[in-house]
Amino acid sequence: MNTWRARLLPPALAIAFSVVLCSLVLVVSGANPAQALAEMVLQVGRGSTVADILNTAGAYYLVAIAAAIGFQMNLLNIGIEGQFRLGACAAAIVGGSLSLPSGLHALVVVLTGALVGAAWSGIAALLKVYRGVSEVISTIMLNTLSIGLIAYLVRVFGEFRGNTQGTALIPETGWVPGIPLGGGTVFGLVLLAVAVGVGYAAMMDRTRYGFELRASGLSPTAALAGGVNSRRMVLTAMLLSGAIAGLAGLPEILGRDHTFTINFSSGYGFAGLAIALLGRNHPLGVAFGALLWSFLDKSSLTLDNIGVPKEIVTILQGAIVLSVVIAYELVRRRELAAEQRRVGRALGTAAVPGGAKA
Amino acid sequence: MTATAMHEPVVEPARRAMPGWARAALWVAVAVVAVSLTSYQTGLPELTASGTVQAAVRLGVPILLAGLGGLWAERAGVINIGLEGMMILGTWGGAWAGYQWGPLAGLIAAAVFGALGGLLHAVATVTFGVNHIVSGVAINLLGAGTAKYLSTLVFEPISKNPRESPPVPKFDTYSVQPLGDWLQQLEDAQRVGISDVAGILGGLVTGLSPLTVLAFLLVPVSYLVLWRSAFGLRLRSCGENPVAAESLGVNVYRYKYLAVIASGALAGIGGAALILNPGQAGYLENQTNNRGYIGLAAMLFGNWRPGGVLGGAALFGYSDGLQLRSGEITVHALFYAAALFLLAVVAVQIWRRKWFFAGMAAVFAAAMYSVYWFTDELPEELTAYTPHLVTLVVLAAASQRLRPPAANGLQFRRGAD
Repeated sequence: MNTWRARLLPPALAIAFSVVLCSLVLVVSGANPAQALAEMVLQVGRGSTVADILNTAGAYYLVAIAAAIGFQMNLLNIGIEGQFRLGACAAAIVGGSLSLPSGLHALVVVLTGALVGAAWSGIAALLKVYRGVSEVISTIMLNTLSIGLIAYLVRVFGEFRGNTQGTALIPETGWVPGIPLGGGTVFGLVLLAVAVGVGYAAMMDRTRYGFELRASGLSPTAALAGGVNSRRMVLTAMLLSGAIAGLAGLPEILGRDHTFTINFSSGYGFAGLAIALLGRNHPLGVAFGALLWSFLDKSSLTLDNIGVPKEIVTILQGAIVLSVVIAYELVRRRELAAEQRRVGRALGTAAVPGGAKA
Repeated sequence: MTATAMHEPVVEPARRAMPGWARAALWVAVAVVAVSLTSYQTGLPELTASGTVQAAVRLGVPILLAGLGGLWAERAGVINIGLEGMMILGTWGGAWAGYQWGPLAGLIAAAVFGALGGLLHAVATVTFGVNHIVSGVAINLLGAGTAKYLSTLVFEPISKNPRESPPVPKFDTYSVQPLGDWLQQLEDAQRVGISDVAGILGGLVTGLSPLTVLAFLLVPVSYLVLWRSAFGLRLRSCGENPVAAESLGVNVYRYKYLAVIASGALAGIGGAALILNPGQAGYLENQTNNRGYIGLAAMLFGNWRPGGVLGGAALFGYSDGLQLRSGEITVHALFYAAALFLLAVVAVQIWRRKWFFAGMAAVFAAAMYSVYWFTDELPEELTAYTPHLVTLVVLAAASQRLRPPAANGLQFRRGAD
């Protein structure tokens, strides 16, 4: 399973299959798929699109790493959406009500986001560990509850500017400067995503905790026999996942908006799960997935301009997720069968399907 | 069965006098008494008004159908998180066919669209052995995306809005007469207890659509098919021990496929219930609002049994119906009812001499009552999500004593072992 072919073939197959599928959908609905594809590629060069893609990809990368940490031990943190939005909301409220020297101010805001995200996922973690509630259901409910809680928080702590209601503006000491690129600006905190990625890679490959995390995911019984405390692992993995999810909204808030409004970005949680699946929980694979997802998102805007319904992008994304998991499974089975044949040939047993008569 | 067989003698020594349905009926009675006492004490007739119960039925039916869908799939060993996506497909299909050929066609189209989602889930999980939850999440994305795409394509030219369909004709509603009028008179008399019961019963027998009746009938039908027929025995054996089932000649793949397709059809009908029953004009983006997941929670709460699913759906439907009727005050009063209900639990636990559980229930009852006592109303932003909060609390309270099908969510490959 560790060959490059086994790693890269499934996502390539899945993307190709999804593109063909969506082209068929476009042809059936009377649009020209070649024109749509050309438009999607051409848009990258225009205006601030490159910077926009990087900005969104940074947030996607954070939510996807949050999802990947859960996946490593078969935990499905579907609540990333709620952790991400609630973390951003609380961080903006705290940031707007403090006056601190610059640098420290931003740091406090970032920590608040992480803590609130962790606390929100902690509810699901405690319910799972002590009451055996499936984290899938509890995090979905927490997602919906967070919508209400955010509406409440924004009303209580918020103010009207124009006709949108948002939290108090964060003073300039809390802003994080951006990096100009193309016609736009890349948020400074996108570098936070890079840092988290490096930290994640180091944790999974170089620390005992990362090893225990993977062991619990691959075989809970073996991990238990090896002395891994499964409750502690569930609790810490969920908290870590929630903390990283809580960071994901901050590049946008500290880099551009300086406030949290009701119209804040949404839908990142499920994108994060999909990207983590696509990137196979690997730090680089996830980075590729985040860029692809962000690119597809941006193309939905320009597709609308040439008269192609932008929902085709959502179908494309859903098809990619479903076909990538199927592709991984198919390639795994083929590799397994090939392995068995190899072993069969080496041992000289004849009872191998299509095997050697020698 | 092993889990209960091992548990039963330790926890309850040789006392199994009361059958399950009687116990359930008893708890329903306790809940009704708690709610009607609350309605009397707080002066809020909304708690047991027939209008509230009618809203509860209207909102509970989609959840009931989604829950039954989950029951079918999981009894065959396939976890179906994709109910939400299948439900969305159902709402689109129901609106599309309902708009053109009337509600009955809408119902059938919704079932077909939901079943297509189920078929996709079956292909991914049964044939390709994909993780059930991953496939379900993908189907939710795909269902939402497909419905959006099709709605832009088909509905926008007619309704001038890509997010909604033109109004869809509804099923007619019927009331059981003269029972309905008689119960209404009793309810209007505002007598303690009697009027409350009349209100609840009145809500159950008035304004029924054929779809609602169908949903209620599907509960006993599911029970009879799954527990009292050879087909159901084989289907459930795939969820308990597929290897043993295969060794007895059951075609496990076929049963799993049938179960998941039926599950999708039920979820699709649940989606149709949102648009073909009076209440909403037609298809609306995001109108399912996580009801598929709540249906799944109702099934967990109901311990993978049809009657339990009904109970869970009633609970969520009631809390949803209540928050619609000046929820800031009525949901607030629900804390009082919850405290009363927990007091009954305390009494039962003391009678059973389980001091720890009695203490826990008493602490929670005190907490509920103090929330009621120290606040006057709840912020309306939060009461809108009462069903979701109730889901969390109920799962936290109930999930320890549940027994899912033994091979639920496990991958099965033909001839693997």
